[in-house]
Amino acid sequence: MDGFSENWQDILIGFGVTVEMALVAGIIAFLLGSLLAALRVSPIPAGRAIGAIYVQLVRNTPLLLVMLISTFALPILGVKPEINMNAWFGLADRHTLLDFDFFFLSASVALGLYTASFVCEAVRSGINAIPLGQAEAARSVGMTFTQTLRHIVLPQAIRTVVPPLTSIYIAMTKNTSVAVGVGVTEATFQMKKLNNDYSNEIVLNFIGFAVGYMILVAIISSIGSALERRMAVA
Amino acid sequence: MAASVLFDEPGPQTRRRHQLIGIGLVVVAGGILAWVLLKLKADGQFDQSVFDSLTQSNVWRAIGDGVVNTLKAAALSIVLAVALGFALATGRLSEHAVIRLPVRGLIEFFRAIPVLLMMIFFFSALAQYTDMETQTQGLVAVVAALTLYNGSVLAEVFRAGINAVPAGQVEAAYAVGMRKGQVLRIIQTPQAVRYMLPAIISQCVVTLKDTSLGFIITYLELLRQGKIIAEYVQNNLMTFTLIAIIYIVLNSIVSAIATWLEKRLATRGHDAAEAIAEIEDAVPMG
Repeated sequence: MDGFSENWQDILIGFGVTVEMALVAGIIAFLLGSLLAALRVSPIPAGRAIGAIYVQLVRNTPLLLVMLISTFALPILGVKPEINMNAWFGLADRHTLLDFDFFFLSASVALGLYTASFVCEAVRSGINAIPLGQAEAARSVGMTFTQTLRHIVLPQAIRTVVPPLTSIYIAMTKNTSVAVGVGVTEATFQMKKLNNDYSNEIVLNFIGFAVGYMILVAIISSIGSALERRMAVA
Repeated sequence: MAASVLFDEPGPQTRRRHQLIGIGLVVVAGGILAWVLLKLKADGQFDQSVFDSLTQSNVWRAIGDGVVNTLKAAALSIVLAVALGFALATGRLSEHAVIRLPVRGLIEFFRAIPVLLMMIFFFSALAQYTDMETQTQGLVAVVAALTLYNGSVLAEVFRAGINAVPAGQVEAAYAVGMRKGQVLRIIQTPQAVRYMLPAIISQCVVTLKDTSLGFIITYLELLRQGKIIAEYVQNNLMTFTLIAIIYIVLNSIVSAIATWLEKRLATRGHDAAEAIAEIEDAVPMG
């Protein structure tokens, strides 16, 4: 147990970075994914094509490769985001959880871009699952495409989309572990480090970190089922 | 797509408007693409020297080795995962709680933790407790982690598939005097497999993509070979873009097979399409 008792702060910070990454990537994935889904069901052929090409390309590329490409491409494009919030709070020393360095942000963006393709497909199939009569009725009272979507289809689609979205966000949270490959010091990085420093406690390390991830997964799935219950039609 | 229920067949005025919006979208998307390409060109990413270095024969030999290692790990993982999935699904469907509950716990555990965490665990453990060659350790760790994860995912797929076989089939089998094992083997599984094939094949794409995690434990699969090539030709971006294209081609081939199978199977039998859709709900996305 030496590994855990001597490094518990680093381990907690590691899980903190994991959570932060899931939040940043989750927001990007939700916004971009919904936009792509709207494009994919739109009456504009060019919009449908753009959405389809994006999903086809991103879904078939391994996440780690998306992260590597974004890490190498962003600086060339002149985009090198870094947000150090320590200064905002007048803190002299660097707290990892307040210091969003380039590798963290580029990996989070990559995870967001990657997950957006899955969000897009989930939202699209949610829209397609709405009974035909709903959209037909909306059109027959003279609603346009955007009105049909906004007032009739989307409010119902959101309900059917919650379970697949929960499963996507669970997968995304597990996928934050891949960022260890581009040097982000999240939870999996901490386990790798412990395995090196305390090589006689490998099994214990694994079980400890597995439990940590299972807690995160349990939290997301309970949020998912709470949302589902809230939205259920009485 | 003209048959979409979300909008009417557009009239002349709407069609003109849609054309305008379409042109706008293409301009925006094309603009972003052009900006990226120009920036990359200004950085010298499209110089002749980059293309020359990436078309050397030893670069392609290295890529070939990577593809072979990736396919080797993916093929081993998927075959073992199918076997494990069947075993776990049988346990999960058992009438005895002593078997059913622990198996269920195992499935939930392996589905809830990142596959990379398992991979690093196996790699560290193999390095600590065995004296295998590093590459063999890498292969074993990749295959073990992917087998456990995908086996657990497939176990749920198989369970959904077996439950999708109409109840009348099972009742009829019991009525002619078959035992439980016989019903599972002779009646349920052959019909369920047909429903499950598309889900199994799309899991192949996931597995193929996930072999790239071997990069982190330095198993020489396609992505790790890409890193070596990138250092050799001293260009990260273009090398990894090339590797991405290879992955996309490989995965698109597998996905196309899945789509083709799905269409073929969906036209046959009564509610096969519904069963297939139901089974796909058992597969986690992402």
